[in-house]
Amino acid sequence: MTLNNEVMQSIIKRYPRSRSAIMPLLHYVQSVSGYVTNEGIEKISEILDIETAEVSAVATFYTQYKRKPVGEYHVGVCTNTLCAVMGGDAIFSALKDHLDIENDGVTADGKVSLEHIECNAACDYAPVVMANWEFYDNQTVESAKALVDGARAGNPPAPTRGPNRLVTYKEASAVLAGLDDGLAREGLQAGEPTLLGLKLSKEGK
Amino acid sequence: MSKLTPVLSAHWDEKDSFTIEAYTRHGGYTASKKALAMDPDAVIQLVKDSGLRGRGGAGFPTGMKWGFIPQGDDKDHYLVVNADESEPGTCKDTPLLMANPHVLIEGCIIACHAIRAKHAFIYIRGEVTHVVRRVNAAIVDAYKAGHLGNGIDVTLHIGAGAYICGEETALLDSLEGFRGQPRLRPPFPAIAGLYARPTVVNNVESISSVPAIINNGAEWYQSMGTEKSKGATLYSLSGHVNNPGQFEAPLGITLREILELAGGVRTGHRLKFWTPGGSSTPLFTDAHLDTPLDYEGVAAAGSMLGTKALQIFDETTCVVRAVLRWTEFYKHESCGKCTPCREGTWWLVQILRDLENGTGTEADLEKLLDLCDNIMGRSFCALGDGATSPITSSIKYFRDEYIAHLTNGACPFDPVKSTLFTGAVN
Repeated sequence: MTLNNEVMQSIIKRYPRSRSAIMPLLHYVQSVSGYVTNEGIEKISEILDIETAEVSAVATFYTQYKRKPVGEYHVGVCTNTLCAVMGGDAIFSALKDHLDIENDGVTADGKVSLEHIECNAACDYAPVVMANWEFYDNQTVESAKALVDGARAGNPPAPTRGPNRLVTYKEASAVLAGLDDGLAREGLQAGEPTLLGLKLSKEGK
Repeated sequence: MSKLTPVLSAHWDEKDSFTIEAYTRHGGYTASKKALAMDPDAVIQLVKDSGLRGRGGAGFPTGMKWGFIPQGDDKDHYLVVNADESEPGTCKDTPLLMANPHVLIEGCIIACHAIRAKHAFIYIRGEVTHVVRRVNAAIVDAYKAGHLGNGIDVTLHIGAGAYICGEETALLDSLEGFRGQPRLRPPFPAIAGLYARPTVVNNVESISSVPAIINNGAEWYQSMGTEKSKGATLYSLSGHVNNPGQFEAPLGITLREILELAGGVRTGHRLKFWTPGGSSTPLFTDAHLDTPLDYEGVAAAGSMLGTKALQIFDETTCVVRAVLRWTEFYKHESCGKCTPCREGTWWLVQILRDLENGTGTEADLEKLLDLCDNIMGRSFCALGDGATSPITSSIKYFRDEYIAHLTNGACPFDPVKSTLFTGAVN
């Protein structure tokens, strides 16, 4: 696949000033190439008429932009304090052993990459694991291993709060570029913790 | 009578709650219709009268912020919604947007009308793919239904993993296509914000609270909460509790009351420390169970209401380990613009690591406090200040535990005991 000019122009049109499109364009580059390639940076600089150094400066500031290929399924284990304490550290350590890779590593088959991540705004579902930035809530060492094993075999379990299937890293990156994949109506509207207060109030508590 | 007051969360238990059909079924987009027929100044006055304050952490009165936008200046105005929810422990906007993105869209329409803006931007963090889908779909459906596109546009902007972009001026730089670093203030965003135009930056929950205020009136909103902290809000309970989750309650509820609803601290354990509003708010202990969780009550007790992210830790948790991990987070997320934060957070991590593994000295504790003193109030933005909160508050309440690491020559805690799957760890 190559970068599509029309798509890039449609992204730029969302903004009053074209430079604002850098971030979605970088997500778009990742959706095509799996990471931020030099070609992608050059293309963005050309289309926005700014220096490549200015695009690189942005690409290297944000942790979601990868300067080398990640796996088809990029797995992030939350090891910020609350998730870490409740099991995130154990999950991260077990996955490193299980996959035989370190933080920011990719399995030899290119299927799974691993990263420890910061708080992902799902603390009431701790410990949390993300795959291609989809939620895998209330994880254990076993469920996290099943996730990466499934991903390596080509049939990962579906996210707990997300679409009916786990999309690939490139597909997720397209969503993050603001492109519609038609899956918004799939999956739960809310998990149990989200609904707890509402449920209790209906019970008069 | 229930202590809880679900307004934002009232219909989250319906399977299709995120769709425009469900939102309309429950009176969605009637508030924007009503507001658009009002004089913009009257909308601002109504929001002022309601007492609504910013739900992103600072608690600044929302109506007053809107009132700062100069009128009749012939410039474009912008509304920017901060949906970059990343403060450790904070998990309210993300489930809100997953369950009901339309309430935010309707809030945007009302706020744009009030501040005479034609374009709103929703800056959402990039690590929540499905929430991005939901918000994007809601925008598309709102255009199709004619709620957007008739003088008010909404653009979704997706971040890429940078906590600092939750700081409003860093967010604006990021939205303009730069590295997300805070700006010097003044000028404040109300005068020179996005593209140097008058801009209001509000949190998701603040803007989402507006439609109900328009429909039910300022008096209704004022009837909930405490003297200076009006209304209801989302409290997010997480950690070592039997039933974590979201609790929408009037401001001023206490942790004791919320814990009772949630079935208490996990069975067989007791509360050790907690955050009232995320990791940047000084820690509380079991001595603060009855502190009213409103802006004034929490401040009077030495912390901040912040994002109402109630992270609960029981006695199995090593406070030094917890604080070290948060400090590593601030070091990682420091944008590098100012020296106190960039260098200071790096040194904080070095010293805390020594203390946690038992190789530090008691003098390190004083050095930590001295460093915190040099970061607090001397950093460019609140990230540096926030980094010092867990350190200074934990030393205040748990100095003995820091010392125990030194006399023990190692951390005296077993991390397995604080996991949810004790015994199952390999």
